[in-house]
Amino acid sequence: MTRDWTHLRELESESIYILREVVAQFRNPVLLYSIGKDSSVLVHLARKAFYPGPLPFPFLHVDTGYKFPEMLKFREEFTKEIGARLIVHRNEDAIASGAHPLKLGVARCCGALKTAALLSALEKYQFDAAIGGARREEERSRAKERVFSLRDSFGQWDPRRQRPELWSLYSGAIHEGESMRVFPLSNWTERDIWDYIVQENIKVVPLYYAKERLVVNRNGMLIPADDTVHLKQGEVPEKMWVRFRTLGCMPCTGAVASQATTLEQIAAEMVSAKISERSTRIIDHGANTMEDKKREGYF
Amino acid sequence: MSSHVLRFTTAGNVDDGKSTLIGRLLVETEGAFVDQIEGARRENERRGGKGIDFSLLTDGLKAEREQGITIDVAYRYFATPKRKFIIADAPGHEQYTRNLVTSASNADLAVILVDARNGIMTQSRRHAFIAHLLGIRYFIIAINKMDLVGYRQERYEAIRKDFVEFINKLGGAESVCIPISALEGDFVTEPSTRMSWYTGPKLLEILESVTVDEQLDKGAFRFPIQLVSRPPSSAVPDMPDFRGYMGRISAGTVKVGDRVLILPKAKESTVTGILTQDGPLQEAFARQSVTIMLADDIDISRGDLLASPTTPPKTTAQFKATLCWMNEHKLRLNQRYVVRLNTQSTRAVVNEIDFLLDVNTLERKSPVSEMQTNDIGQVRIKTLQPIVWDPYSVNRQTGGFIIVDEANDTVAAGMILGE
Repeated sequence: MTRDWTHLRELESESIYILREVVAQFRNPVLLYSIGKDSSVLVHLARKAFYPGPLPFPFLHVDTGYKFPEMLKFREEFTKEIGARLIVHRNEDAIASGAHPLKLGVARCCGALKTAALLSALEKYQFDAAIGGARREEERSRAKERVFSLRDSFGQWDPRRQRPELWSLYSGAIHEGESMRVFPLSNWTERDIWDYIVQENIKVVPLYYAKERLVVNRNGMLIPADDTVHLKQGEVPEKMWVRFRTLGCMPCTGAVASQATTLEQIAAEMVSAKISERSTRIIDHGANTMEDKKREGYF
Repeated sequence: MSSHVLRFTTAGNVDDGKSTLIGRLLVETEGAFVDQIEGARRENERRGGKGIDFSLLTDGLKAEREQGITIDVAYRYFATPKRKFIIADAPGHEQYTRNLVTSASNADLAVILVDARNGIMTQSRRHAFIAHLLGIRYFIIAINKMDLVGYRQERYEAIRKDFVEFINKLGGAESVCIPISALEGDFVTEPSTRMSWYTGPKLLEILESVTVDEQLDKGAFRFPIQLVSRPPSSAVPDMPDFRGYMGRISAGTVKVGDRVLILPKAKESTVTGILTQDGPLQEAFARQSVTIMLADDIDISRGDLLASPTTPPKTTAQFKATLCWMNEHKLRLNQRYVVRLNTQSTRAVVNEIDFLLDVNTLERKSPVSEMQTNDIGQVRIKTLQPIVWDPYSVNRQTGGFIIVDEANDTVAAGMILGE
């Protein structure tokens, strides 16, 4: 074994193996590009996996219309820089009808702008495998997720139909209409992600770095208040030093108080983090759990 | 040299306190977060319990929590400054064999929990036996609930002696015993003053220091090919007509200039380059994902394997294997299935069942003509095309296979014994 072999090299090598299995076993795979840190790592690994060749699959971004402007700017610049084919898909009907979490409730809003949009994009382009950056450590219903996760012809997840996964044998056998979600980062933790971003000097959206921003404190969550349409009546924005641990839609992503302005400082913050990253996502709160959303076809 | 990642599985009976132990390991190494711990506390109180029920941290699905059972292998993560740990947690009842087989397939070590009040039960032996069958050669026997037997040394010693004897009988395995209370925290990550008669390391210290995986590094070179890379020359103008073989080294090492055997074609060539995006390598090792270039223009595709010519694997169209049947539909003799072994895939039939093993008594049952869910037995398999393999005891990646049926379900896991 090489002397510089570390747990990050082990994870990297395993993920590269998984990415190559997808391309070997599927006809028309796609990488679900969410612009966040996990996507950045996933893309970095995919480029390593297929070097010296080009990326053998396009990126799909499901755009809800509520993503941070910094995310969209990063998406455009980054995909252009690496020469990736980018497909942006939006549920235009729902966006036109004014879908908003404060109006529909978070569960219905996510259902329309994310889940329905994702399923219609997979259908439209006939993708048979969708590679995502979800990790088992993120949330407890994900702890039992397979690396190759089978979806029925409605894009839905049935925990009882998942196949046993032994050794490094990932079976991509599917019937017409079924598809696979593939998670090459299954065994990574949030700490691993940041340690790897530092080690490889991977570019991430500037929102991950701390700066002074306008936020409102809603039930203990710091919601960005740059745009007042996302505010409830009576909420008064205040200026605070914050950064984002996860990136979702503006109305539903909480910031955390932080002074970390470099990758190293962010990685150091992870070592002492006491609260899980998913706590900053409104979608994970309330009666409709991640497990329910996964069953419906959410990532 | 100890590995930087330790993958281990945990096995125990339903009430041996396995979830409590894992919950404590996660909390005390900060592998669980405050909001998750708080959630588990609130949920326990809603059900009329008191304090944190550590098991609520690890029970994943709502369906499981409502029924108070776990139904599938769950993966948990924690790290200390010394190592990253991946736990494959197998539930302790229904579908047990199937889940333990799955969780053990990638594990280097098994932690087997024993309730100090009950001593070694039939299931404890079964767990150890199955883990050993899947190639685990390092066992930690955690004798739990010492608080409920007054932390008495005699109780511990009696169980320890029996279990170590049993593990020794399995052959080639090392074991270490430790008295703990997962609930009270004795000797998990913290020391204990209540068992001064025990002077060994704490559970976490054993996990941090154990050496488990040298076999991969010392083994003969094996490189199952996943993909052939032939990018268009326009994409790689500096490497015209580039052709490379992509894969992950499953054992041994390879150097530029090495002769390699290409199987099943039985041709030889020389390694001219080992490529990664981080730069070319002179030498690559087990576990590394690389792209290998060869001197000769040979028709090579996915499923082929590069190997050391001095210690080649076998190439045959029939073999003998231990099979674990995992599906509700029974195994039917001479029915067509697909066998998948590393990147190889071929049609195959099981044409004979030598015997079934009673995993509780280790007795052999024959003659038999079918296998059902959770059955383990020795079978003969015939493949349509010859496949390349090593005995599972030599290399898990080139000796372990799955069987896929017409419905595309993974119905069995197998471990090759020989010809």
